[in-house]
Amino acid sequence: MQQPNQQKGIFASILHDDRGGKIFLSVLAVVVVLVSTLNLFVPESAALHVSTYTVTLLGKYLSFALLAIALDLVWGYCGILSLGHGAFFALGGYAMGMYLMRQIGDRGVYGNAELPDFMVFLNWSELPWYWYGFDQFWFAILMVVLAPGLLAFIFGWLTFRSRVTGVYLSILTQALTFALLLAFFRNEMGFGGNNGLTDFKDILGFNLQENSTRVSLFIITALALALGYLVSRYIVTSKLGRVVVAIRDAEDRARFIGYRVEYYKLWVFVFSAILAGIAGALYVPQVGIINPGEFSPLNSIELVVWVAVGGRATLYGAVIGAILVNYSKTFLTGALPEVWLFALGGLFILVTLYLPKGIIGLIEQIKKRKSAAQS
Amino acid sequence: MKTLDKLRETMRRDRVFDFVAEGRYPFSQQGRHTVVPGQLDASHGTILYMENVTVEFDGFKALNELTLYIDDGELRCIIGPNGAGKTTMMDVITGKTKLDTGTAYFGQSMDLTRMTEYDIASAGIGRKFQKPTVFPEHSVFNNLELAMQTDKRVWQSLIAKLNGEQLDHIDQVMNTIGLTEQRHNRAALLSHGQKQWLEIGMLLMQNPRLLLIDEPVAGMTHQEMDKTAELLLSLEGKHSIVVVEHDMDFVRSIARKVTVLHEGSVLAEGNMDKVQNDARVIEVYLGE
Repeated sequence: MQQPNQQKGIFASILHDDRGGKIFLSVLAVVVVLVSTLNLFVPESAALHVSTYTVTLLGKYLSFALLAIALDLVWGYCGILSLGHGAFFALGGYAMGMYLMRQIGDRGVYGNAELPDFMVFLNWSELPWYWYGFDQFWFAILMVVLAPGLLAFIFGWLTFRSRVTGVYLSILTQALTFALLLAFFRNEMGFGGNNGLTDFKDILGFNLQENSTRVSLFIITALALALGYLVSRYIVTSKLGRVVVAIRDAEDRARFIGYRVEYYKLWVFVFSAILAGIAGALYVPQVGIINPGEFSPLNSIELVVWVAVGGRATLYGAVIGAILVNYSKTFLTGALPEVWLFALGGLFILVTLYLPKGIIGLIEQIKKRKSAAQS
Repeated sequence: MKTLDKLRETMRRDRVFDFVAEGRYPFSQQGRHTVVPGQLDASHGTILYMENVTVEFDGFKALNELTLYIDDGELRCIIGPNGAGKTTMMDVITGKTKLDTGTAYFGQSMDLTRMTEYDIASAGIGRKFQKPTVFPEHSVFNNLELAMQTDKRVWQSLIAKLNGEQLDHIDQVMNTIGLTEQRHNRAALLSHGQKQWLEIGMLLMQNPRLLLIDEPVAGMTHQEMDKTAELLLSLEGKHSIVVVEHDMDFVRSIARKVTVLHEGSVLAEGNMDKVQNDARVIEVYLGE
């Protein structure tokens, strides 16, 4: 994987010998164009019409796919198995949720222009200081990036510097998300407690129930996913990416050569957390709710399963895994609700035992066998 | 930490007046030299001084009054039975083990006892451990690229591009270690011997002045051994090399000068013939 010396433009050089990425981005583009046209311009009575429900569902999958890319960066490339990445996703979601909450204004049940409903319900008289500024969209977006980034920075700084690795680090990340789950459950925290934030009305003045808003959110999510993929791809093909893989495979050796291993880990971890936060921010307006359940350890573990199923350290593998597992989740929880958790567990065992490199690994194996048979 | 460093700098005995430093002092002439901090000074032809070094572990003297000098550009073999202190000696040089008494200097000016492992490595002492560790998922080329001496900070790595000079350096080292044909192969696919060479190549990418190599031919075939000997001999003169090795045939094939360690100190030193005929050496080592 040598750098192409000639300047070919940034996209070309990022996707240089990345066939999977090219296929993924093309499929994404086709799906987005097709789905939005079929929703907006085909009458509802027609057989080809795509319902708004489906559009939103797909948008949800795409935000999950972005989250999976974030995890693949730290797990697949840097070897940090984070079992708490859902926490960063949820923090980004909460930041967006707070903005949407403030947008409701006096249209809430209690008609209070300043305070969200749950605060009125708790008999609070004024807005807590950490809710200041969330009526501004730019501020909320800033927080979408800052909140997960800062948490990841502090957590990573403390753990990587003390050279906590492997299982111990995984357990710590799990504890992190669990602690946040408990904290956000408390009403006194001021984030809506058990119920979380919901009843959103509009975003930037556009009605969230409107078809066109839904489709726009879907398209924006797809764009964010594509951009997230390209940036991540740039990172993993840069020298930084090679150092990170080197750290994964032989950490002491990398340190001995003169790389400050903890800074590299920290950088990737923070970047990944920010990406997860952005995914969360895209998720919330589409599903219309954010509650502490998003912090639950189970969510983070499910996320690990997505990446494992798709195939680690390929980026597009994580996307495939996220979409496939979530599609089957939607299908199974509808058809056979009690089976879903067993299916998930079974899937994880199956993948660990027989598909250590996930679906992408399987495809590559089949390809190799074919070419071997031909020659 | 910063104040401590500053204090140290002020209290240095080897450099009282700044203005005496080369270039500033009008009477400093060619041939005379002053100490420049952080720069190797081997102007007297010796790159490593170890004098009366003793290292004790719970009463056991792993090194006992060891005195050893390595010349600049020399290829030196060190042999000795198990427990003779070979590994401890390497540990002292690389800063992994602190010595109890004695002095260890890299060149005339760098006190190894006061430097950290990281400082010693960046000052130009490279060490190859017995078991080869390379980055298995990276190609030979990328392994060498990562080992190169450049800015290794995170943001710089994100935008780093190889320039022509660096490419040439990689090609040149790849040629030296004989892995040009494996250029794009993953390191995991290399043979044991090739991994050892690659690791030596990774050390060379850092332009070290002194290379410490621990048992380079353990587990190698005869052909690989011959190639390793060739490789080490080709490095002689450009780098100072200290090889610790058990295999006597191999030592015979490369050694100009051999040092025999025994119970933590030097038992004999000289060319292979002289050492082999030394009665005490025969008794403790070669005769067994």
